[in-house]
Amino acid sequence: MIELRDLTKEYGASVAAVYDLNLVVETGEFLVLVGPSGCGKTTTLTMINRLIDPTRGAVFIDGADVRASDPVHLRRHIGFVFQDVGLFPHMTVAENTGIALRLQGVGRGEVDERVNETLALVRLSPAEFRGRYPAALSGGQRQRVGVARALAAKPSIMLMDEPFGAIDPLIRDELSSDYRQIHDALGLTTVLVTHDMTEAFLLADRVALMRDGRLVQVGTPDELFAQPADDFVRMMIDSPRRRAQALGDAMRVGGAK
Amino acid sequence: MNADAGAVAAALSHLPDYLAWHVLLSLSAIVLGVAISLPLAIFSARRPAWRAPALALAGIIQTIPSLALLALFYPMLLALSVFTQATFGFGFRALGFLPALAALTLYSMLPILRNTIAGLQGIDRAVMTAARGVGMTPLQSLRLVELPLAAPVILAGVRTAAVWVIGTATLSTPVGQTSLGNYIFAGLQTENWVFVLFGCVAAAALALLVDRLLALAEDGVVKRSSARLMASGIGLMLLVAASLWPLIGGAAGKPVVVGAKSFDEQYILGALIEDRLRAAGFATARRDGLGSTVIFDALAAGDIDVYVDYSGTVWADDMKRTDLPGRKAVLDQMAAWLKRTHGIAYAGPIGFENAYAFAMRGDTARKLGIRSLADLAAYAPRLKIGGDFEIFSRPEWRAVEHAYGLRFGTERQYQANFMYRAVAAGDVDVISAFSSDGRIAQYGLTILTDPKGALPPYDAVLLISPAHANDARLLAALKPLVGAIDLGAMQNANLLADTGKRAPEDIARALDAEIGRR
Repeated sequence: MIELRDLTKEYGASVAAVYDLNLVVETGEFLVLVGPSGCGKTTTLTMINRLIDPTRGAVFIDGADVRASDPVHLRRHIGFVFQDVGLFPHMTVAENTGIALRLQGVGRGEVDERVNETLALVRLSPAEFRGRYPAALSGGQRQRVGVARALAAKPSIMLMDEPFGAIDPLIRDELSSDYRQIHDALGLTTVLVTHDMTEAFLLADRVALMRDGRLVQVGTPDELFAQPADDFVRMMIDSPRRRAQALGDAMRVGGAK
Repeated sequence: MNADAGAVAAALSHLPDYLAWHVLLSLSAIVLGVAISLPLAIFSARRPAWRAPALALAGIIQTIPSLALLALFYPMLLALSVFTQATFGFGFRALGFLPALAALTLYSMLPILRNTIAGLQGIDRAVMTAARGVGMTPLQSLRLVELPLAAPVILAGVRTAAVWVIGTATLSTPVGQTSLGNYIFAGLQTENWVFVLFGCVAAAALALLVDRLLALAEDGVVKRSSARLMASGIGLMLLVAASLWPLIGGAAGKPVVVGAKSFDEQYILGALIEDRLRAAGFATARRDGLGSTVIFDALAAGDIDVYVDYSGTVWADDMKRTDLPGRKAVLDQMAAWLKRTHGIAYAGPIGFENAYAFAMRGDTARKLGIRSLADLAAYAPRLKIGGDFEIFSRPEWRAVEHAYGLRFGTERQYQANFMYRAVAAGDVDVISAFSSDGRIAQYGLTILTDPKGALPPYDAVLLISPAHANDARLLAALKPLVGAIDLGAMQNANLLADTGKRAPEDIARALDAEIGRR
């Protein structure tokens, strides 16, 4: 269980602000943090594994304050997937995937075995991909390796910062549904950040909507549809429907020819 | 054609020694430069408050002319050596390897600093964040991610530094460090252009070879080819081992070091002294091309053991005397002063005088009716005077200026051998010649008399370092040189060297044979 209590980050040099944020993510839950860019959702995510420390308030994981643990130790036990992937260009797929295990001092044989398992989990053939460098991968393959790198050390918590944002739409859907399956199969607790409402509704157990550094509403997609808290929420949840409608109209026009 | 072939053979005979020192010096400077610059760059790459000053300082060092930087380290190290001697009871050689190493190390720093900082700053921020995100400590991030990614840029910096250092190391000759520059400096003095060219080509070839080998390593890093890295490593190792071989072979016994200033006469006398010492069974080494103040300090400090100076130089430069009590009194007082203040032994006069003497073309002097420095004063404002690099800052010049009220229209400075040509060609009207120079007669120059006795005597004198001041065997080996060379013999020998037809070593042997016959 992840608990954010009065979490506040005031304006820093390069991070969006967050104010008095209270949120509980249950163990095994898939929570999507969604909101327009600059609303503070990435700031919130990175305060969980202490890439950024809050100005006020605290994060508790399974009841323990994260400030009590060494940030390096903390990060090795929480998987993190980055928006721009951030694979190490001078390391092979296998080396990238196994890096967290290597940092923990796990033996070579065990690392190799675990790397193969994890690559198979993200549907990359170990035999084909192990020895490749990131430059020789497609965008989708790179983010699969990014997910594998986060999973290799068997974390129970996964933090994902717009992981599929920069990937072309066909592959994005495949990748996100693959990840949702992994989340269920491994019983992970996932917090995923996105600005794409459709993605949020398709993946999330619960959606947390943010605006201007504050949490506006948290609930299951059904709850949000049924009782939007204000016009902002209504507009946000309407956007996928409006797009679907517009798409339908466009296709009918095309079909009439 | 034959003379050139002989000069090439003579040049080749020095190559093992010169190349070995050049490689040892350059290698040490680059290794030290990397050892200092790399941590400094890593430390300051992410600290803007340090980065700007570090780069600015390295940049400023780069703008100091390299020869001046080398020259500055001698007095600094000498002072430090005197201090450690007084405080901790040990000193070190302030001449030769150390000042050259210090200057070249500083010189190597800028490209390494700049490239390392640029390389580290150029790393994708996403990759840096990922390194933290997967749980790397700052040190792990540096070792596993940042340095490997910046390696090609850092190596390119080391490559630039290596080429600079190898080129600049040729300038370490005047501070007493043997290098490939010995060819260039000796060749320039004796107008042995084969030597100059040989030195340039050898230094350039070495720089090019090292550049190619490091480029191979850089390529190996970029293309992740361990074969290229290995080939580069083996190549560099072979190069270093092969060039250092002569030093490892001949490291036995501490040699007697013979010093020489930077003109023909000194090279000839240096070679002559070395021959005598070798014949007496001493192991010898040479430090050629030293500046005239540097060489005296070097003798006092024991960096060199024997050289020939001139009484007037010691009188004015080192004793700071301006009175002129006469030739004999100058020698006696100089000997007593050397013993008392520095423990330096005066072994005796060589027999000739090499005085500062002002000379004009014979025809010009006759036309203007100038015979003495006193006659010159009236014409001086309309005339141009040429001097060597030292004369205009020396006390003798001030004494002459003052005694005769000389004010020249133009002052120009030349390498000594170009100075004679300049006056012969009419580029200047008067030069500060040296009385033992063979070219005075060759170019038909007139020496102006010194009726007021403003110029001190300049007897060539044999000086011995404090460490060998009581070395009877050494003194006995050099005794035959005392009073052995008269002005005519020295002028002839100098003229042979000036024309560049014969190497100073050959001339020294001929001169030695002449002494033996007498």
